[in-house]
Amino acid sequence: MKKLLPFPLLCFVLLLSSFIVRPESNGYQVGDKAADFKLKNIDGKMVSLADNKAAKGYIVVFTCNTCPYAKAYESRIIALNAKYAPQGFPVVAINPNDPAVAPGDSFEAMKTKKYAFPYLLDESQQVAKAYGATRTPHLYVLKRQGNDFVVSYIGAIDDNSEDATLVKTKYVENAMTEIMAGKPASTSSTKAIGCTIKWKRA
Amino acid sequence: MHQIRAILIGFALLLAVPGMAQQVAVIKFPELQKRLSQPTDTTYIVNFWATWCAPCVKELPNFEQVRTAYATQKVKVLLVSLDYASQLDKKVKPFVKQRGLKSEVVVLNESDPNSWLEQVDAKWSGSIPFTLIINNKTKKRATFERKLTRAELTTALQKFL
Repeated sequence: MKKLLPFPLLCFVLLLSSFIVRPESNGYQVGDKAADFKLKNIDGKMVSLADNKAAKGYIVVFTCNTCPYAKAYESRIIALNAKYAPQGFPVVAINPNDPAVAPGDSFEAMKTKKYAFPYLLDESQQVAKAYGATRTPHLYVLKRQGNDFVVSYIGAIDDNSEDATLVKTKYVENAMTEIMAGKPASTSSTKAIGCTIKWKRA
Repeated sequence: MHQIRAILIGFALLLAVPGMAQQVAVIKFPELQKRLSQPTDTTYIVNFWATWCAPCVKELPNFEQVRTAYATQKVKVLLVSLDYASQLDKKVKPFVKQRGLKSEVVVLNESDPNSWLEQVDAKWSGSIPFTLIINNKTKKRATFERKLTRAELTTALQKFL
């Protein structure tokens, strides 16, 4: 009875358990290829990552109209686009919230925003799930490798949501400097407080 | 001048009296960590919330009810507000008073969540509500990065008692 499991069986068990401890719903990690999506922009047009052939990458940010943290970061997200779109990394904003739970995040409400970048509705919430986004704002930097987009940074914009003038560390800008220089970001993953994504009621 | 000062002090005291019902301390992370690492057999239910977080606000009564239901047992509810400390008087204290919260409320005054979130729980991505149930004597802990119903909270707590 004390006999150890035969090695191949042990491998198989380990393999199985690796699936169990890492469910798909964890979303992307830095280094993963991001799957493309097709989401409706507030101008009614469908937007995919593949559309912009000139993009060297994207700053994808899950955000919304209603969350106080998203509101606090709105002008900083606009500034990110102003700074990095000319350098080939435009912002793509995605609202993942279910308007049935957060009426202020409906497609109609989204249309009140006049951004210089796409503001997309993730109606099925599948994109937010694929990315592993949990909150707004939740930011992902993607870098082009051929036709693929590789997740190169995940997390916070900076270290002070309340007051942009008191920011000491601009996490995403530091990462962008390295990513654009062809290096991996030395801080590639950060955490921030945000509003829970308003998932559809099951 | 003295008279005005006396009147002002008197007025401040009058205002302070209803506030005595529930103090809201503003703390830094090391202080929270210290409280949560004490070698006690009390089970702590620590809920991270904010006045601006709708699901958090909806969930708060569950913690209040659990606190009452388990008043005779070694259970302590700690509501950690992630409102900005600058909103203490404007938002947090009026909210606590208006809702009549009896559980202890503290405001965590840290500007960079990246510096402390991971130390609460490695799995916490940063969305709130977030609840940690911890017992240092049994070394048991459970975490929930979502809103809990009263039944879910009770079931989770029962495993600690």
